[in-house]
Amino acid sequence: MKALLALLALAPLSSFADTITAQKQPLNLHAIGMFFVFVLATLAITWWAARRTRSTADFYTAGGGISGFQNGLAIAGDYMSAATLLGLTSLVFTKGYDGFVYIIGFFVGWPVITFLMAERLRNLGKYTFADIVSYRLDQTRVRSFAALGSLTVVCCYLIVQMVGAGQLIKLLFGLDYQMAVVVVGVLMLVYVIFGGMIATTWVQIVKAVLLLAGGTTLVLMAMSEFGFSLENLAGRAVQAHAIGNGIMGPGSMLADPINAVSLSLGLVFGIAGLPHILMRFFTVPNAKEARRSVLFATGFIGFFFLVVCVLGYTAIVIVGTDPKYFVDGKLGGALVGGGNMVAMHLAQAVGGNLFLGFLSAVAFATILAVVAGLALAGASAISHDLYATVLKKGRASEKQEMRVSRIATVCLGLVAIGLGLLFEQMNIAFLVGLTFGVAASANFPVLIMAMYWKGLTTRGALCGGLVGLVSALVLVILSPAVWVTVLGHAKAIFPYDHPALFSMPLAFAVIVLVSSLDRSARASRERAAYADQFVRAQTGLGAAAASSH
Amino acid sequence: MSTQQTPHSQSCDRIRSNPKFQRLARQRAVLAWSLSAVVLGVYYLFIMLVAFVPGWLHLPLYEGSHLSRGIPLGAAIIVLSWLLTAWYVRSANTRFDSLSAEILQEAQA
Repeated sequence: MKALLALLALAPLSSFADTITAQKQPLNLHAIGMFFVFVLATLAITWWAARRTRSTADFYTAGGGISGFQNGLAIAGDYMSAATLLGLTSLVFTKGYDGFVYIIGFFVGWPVITFLMAERLRNLGKYTFADIVSYRLDQTRVRSFAALGSLTVVCCYLIVQMVGAGQLIKLLFGLDYQMAVVVVGVLMLVYVIFGGMIATTWVQIVKAVLLLAGGTTLVLMAMSEFGFSLENLAGRAVQAHAIGNGIMGPGSMLADPINAVSLSLGLVFGIAGLPHILMRFFTVPNAKEARRSVLFATGFIGFFFLVVCVLGYTAIVIVGTDPKYFVDGKLGGALVGGGNMVAMHLAQAVGGNLFLGFLSAVAFATILAVVAGLALAGASAISHDLYATVLKKGRASEKQEMRVSRIATVCLGLVAIGLGLLFEQMNIAFLVGLTFGVAASANFPVLIMAMYWKGLTTRGALCGGLVGLVSALVLVILSPAVWVTVLGHAKAIFPYDHPALFSMPLAFAVIVLVSSLDRSARASRERAAYADQFVRAQTGLGAAAASSH
Repeated sequence: MSTQQTPHSQSCDRIRSNPKFQRLARQRAVLAWSLSAVVLGVYYLFIMLVAFVPGWLHLPLYEGSHLSRGIPLGAAIIVLSWLLTAWYVRSANTRFDSLSAEILQEAQA
């Protein structure tokens, strides 16, 4: 039972998993038409961006020339994936209030990032979050570790998005899974290789605007059926739903406090360890714009999450009582196209086929944009951290570094396509748990300690980071989601699906313990260097400036 | 970046001994940490309500309403977090940044 509850907690992100059994849909010409319009527009952006991408700074961070408002949209775009619109709407549709609780956890990490990290990220970093960690620590070792952490998170998240793209396109456009994965991989390669961060950012901005506009239009059309009255909506939703009044308060999903807290820790602090999100803080000219961009981003994300919540409740009435959206017309049975299709059915019910097509294209575009951001984060970990700094000790020319980053992008693209094809049947809950678990347990503790704790040493950062990485990995493998559901054992060794409550404090403890016991000469130099780092963190003295075009 | 030049370290030293810098660092730390504590405190209080007294969140918002208390409370958490973010960004972008600019100017003089 616990395993079931825990799996439900991951439902919005794992929601593509249950579409695996879904049958291929008939060709959706509206959706395909809309999708081509989007692809052509983004290719035009890439062509424009390619002519502006000359230096490594342009490639990694758009030369630091993105404004706070634009970057806010791009951050929101990076965070609002297709799983958000489709998965969270379905979660509210099936579980009511529990879905809302989950949505809140997904949001609350952002203010904390603004208060504690935004300005320090911009003041101390240049291209990747490894810049900050290795500011006063041993470049070679710390960068190698940070790159390993980044690449682990990027690869896990890439699989989630690729498998999601394949499933989604099979349902929405009526094309083959394999073809969908290849199309996503190739388009992502084009955006990143030719347009770098400039193109990736603008694709993300366009997509965020479309997603916000699409979601808002949908909620207005749906609410008009209830006379724009929440009271009216609630009354009819309670009548329509199988658990009745149960949808208005917490249910079974988060009843286990340890699982609930562990999940929320992973969600809240995992955000602060996702490399493609952290990279977004280096695309703005200064700390002021970095702060403004998170303010805009949290505004957009918060608004969108509230919209998604209302959508879920309206769908209970509009989709949940219409037999045409259920297999064989059986109300309360399986939804046509699988559990994730709630938002799409709602779009068709209130806006017709053309609007359905528009929303389908937006959902697919969303995956494309997120995959491009991930690939860029992975490529910079390889070219900037591993190649230019670790291997070449900072002696690589810009041209060499750019070439390596493009080769790395191609490799990551091929890996992404390969993993997408290989893991078609993969349980995505496992991968999302792992992604957020590793981000919160390996990347976040090392990053925040490097920013705030004078006593951090190279040895402490490495040991703590590795302990966080390995413990998150092991706990997820021993959890019900993998040990029971994937590997087929009778009983899980570790009873919770979310490792963060255990692996994150463990990582912090090891960092503090090992750093405090480190008596080497290098350790005392590293502690002494904190004083200058502190001045730069507060005032931005010596921070990487925006390049002028 | 990896090698600390002496002029840079010297200006860092000068900045650190500036009482304005100490004030900036202290004020920023107090604001940032207390706002984080408020957001996380409110959120984990909410999670505890969900886990231990779910019935309270189920109660109707007012006599005869289908809406429960939990609905506006959840929305309020999102709105409150955003308003606190706005407050921090305003303070940092006006008060702290002008203080920081003064400090940098004094260090160059």
